[in-house]
Amino acid sequence: MSQAEAAEPAYDGRPAAAPPDVRPLWALGLFRSELLVTFRRWRTLALLAVLAAVPVVVGIAVKAETSDGGSIGGGGGEGPAFISQITNNGLFLVFTSLAATLPFFLPMTVGVVAGDAVAGEASAGTLRYLLVAPAGRTRLLLAKLTTVLVFCLAATLTVALSALVTGALLFPTGEVTLLSGTTVSFGEGLLRALAIAAVVALSLLGLAALGLFISTLTNSGIAAMAATVGLLITVQIVNAIPQLDEFHPFLFPNYWLSFADLLRDPIYWGDLLKNLGLQALYAAVFGSAAWARFNNRDVTA
Amino acid sequence: MAQIQPRKLRRKSVRYGVPVAVAGVAAATVGLVPALASTGDPDLPKISAEDLVAKVAKSDVEHMSGTVKVSTDLGLPSLPGGGSGGGGGFGGGPHGSDGGEGKDGKGDAADASPDKKLSELASGEHTLRFAADGPDKQRVSVMEDAAEYSMVHNGRDLWAYDSGSNTAWHAKAPKDAKGAKGGHGKSAERWQGKKPDAVTPQQAAKQALKAVGKSTSVTVDGTAKVAGRDAYQLLIKPKGASDSTIESVRIAVDADNGVPLKFTLNAKGGDKPAIDVAYTKVDFGKPDASSFDFTPPKGTKVTEAKPHESAGVGHRAPEGLTGLSGSGLEVVNKSASDWGKVARLDTGMPGGLGGKQSDGDAAQMLDKFTDKVHGDFGTGRVFSTRLVNALMTDDGKVYVGAVTKDGLVKAANQDRAAK
Repeated sequence: MSQAEAAEPAYDGRPAAAPPDVRPLWALGLFRSELLVTFRRWRTLALLAVLAAVPVVVGIAVKAETSDGGSIGGGGGEGPAFISQITNNGLFLVFTSLAATLPFFLPMTVGVVAGDAVAGEASAGTLRYLLVAPAGRTRLLLAKLTTVLVFCLAATLTVALSALVTGALLFPTGEVTLLSGTTVSFGEGLLRALAIAAVVALSLLGLAALGLFISTLTNSGIAAMAATVGLLITVQIVNAIPQLDEFHPFLFPNYWLSFADLLRDPIYWGDLLKNLGLQALYAAVFGSAAWARFNNRDVTA
Repeated sequence: MAQIQPRKLRRKSVRYGVPVAVAGVAAATVGLVPALASTGDPDLPKISAEDLVAKVAKSDVEHMSGTVKVSTDLGLPSLPGGGSGGGGGFGGGPHGSDGGEGKDGKGDAADASPDKKLSELASGEHTLRFAADGPDKQRVSVMEDAAEYSMVHNGRDLWAYDSGSNTAWHAKAPKDAKGAKGGHGKSAERWQGKKPDAVTPQQAAKQALKAVGKSTSVTVDGTAKVAGRDAYQLLIKPKGASDSTIESVRIAVDADNGVPLKFTLNAKGGDKPAIDVAYTKVDFGKPDASSFDFTPPKGTKVTEAKPHESAGVGHRAPEGLTGLSGSGLEVVNKSASDWGKVARLDTGMPGGLGGKQSDGDAAQMLDKFTDKVHGDFGTGRVFSTRLVNALMTDDGKVYVGAVTKDGLVKAANQDRAAK
């Protein structure tokens, strides 16, 4: 029994521990410090920089291949989704980049940040100091989860913004042709792009909760990161095996590409809603599992 | 500590109960909701089979829109490089593209012509959106992963647009086809099988009901709920056609307006339907007029259909049944019941597919996909799927029919004897 463990129940859920009126601000403070710690880390910045580089590379590659007037990928619909549209409208670079990073790149960075959230503190020996403060484990976990979610959004927006700037610089912009062949104004296209970025960020919710749960299981940050990313890869492989399609509707990445349905006219909500529901379910199950585990955990380091 | 310990233990188990409970509730919901939704077939007044068929024929719903789910399991062999579209690389991401497109190898010229796309529907599961406003305005969109294939029919124009390759296809009916009485009929004929409604339950039901004759038993088999609407179930079974590969055809007809909402074709053997076309959502309101306007987007490659191309080639709609009456085919066993008919196609290539020319590899491929058969007609090879079988004889004739292998051999023998 460590000090922190023994001390914890005394603070948990008792208003006497801190004046109630200070609490909301105080919780925000915890969240803010978590946010600053995460986003000031070189590792986080490097991950975001790599993510920002992806659209630039894709954009330059498409530009180079089509500079002689040819079309990309032989025009046969090869390559990542939407790539043949980029030369007509730079906005499509946003969609292509998100479609290209969503299967692995984007969730991998989320896995790193989520896996590190609790286990990293434990392995650095800072977790018990966080708990010595009158934080309460539940609130600390919530702050961690919120931070990971903010990172999901930041990572998605990084890709989207970098793609938008690259696309606008390298390719013409203007009216956007939707998948159904109808044309909408650039403003509405931008709006849809924003909605897509939001959906993509929400798509990572399930993995974020899963990573946080794994992070509460171990004292090694590296192990938690590796386990989360390994799990992601395993699930993606299972998701790609047609013989296992009975399980596919229950795998968190199964509906990830449904964000493209936002580009149909009218929007097709079926898979989009399934995706969001599945993410909410994963978040509920693994979020509460992380909470159960973290509150019972014997924090020695 | 000693006092805290038991309390903590109890709380521990309670806490772990939360995720378990959440997962349990979710699993129960997933398991129970469809079960609850599918129970309780609607209570509808009795109707005779004749009246129901007449109701379908009389149905004059002009405008409607809905989502159609097409799943086909024809037992087609998967050819090398032809994949079954099982998702190109992990969720269809960076490696190769997704579902539908993955199949169009690089060698294929980008082409949005409907023939190819409609034949793609003949395997696997597809979700379509269909909208119609009268006989002159229809639209169907095949929803693929991160891509869409749309076909828009508006008056004299038939457009097809493939967002995956950003190409469009256009056919225009000649002027005289419009205006004259029955003009529409003519244009519909020209685009047979290529019109947007070729893939709806209505079309499939129409084809099936065409085949209804003396050799068919038609009954009303209970009721069902399809796309949230009450429907009668029409059951069509071949009579006296022991060689037919078709077990039964089931059509769910909207009790209110007689629109076929679901079409299921069961093959003999195997419990999964060979063809299943059903609305999952349907709306009989007037669709937005703008959905039938199509102008090729900027930067799209447009292929104009050659005039002769739009005639003929029609019979590739997934209904399969229709293919039997195509031109150039001759029915060889006219005495057989409608369901046991076999058509002959003379390729005029003695040696056929099993000829001596075929070298090792090709012969091996042939052995894999076909069975050797012998009969009075000589020898040949049978290529079989769940619905349609084809016999290619060594003297270059091809017999095709929705009949079993034995039925084909019988028909070939009959044909031989008749000469």
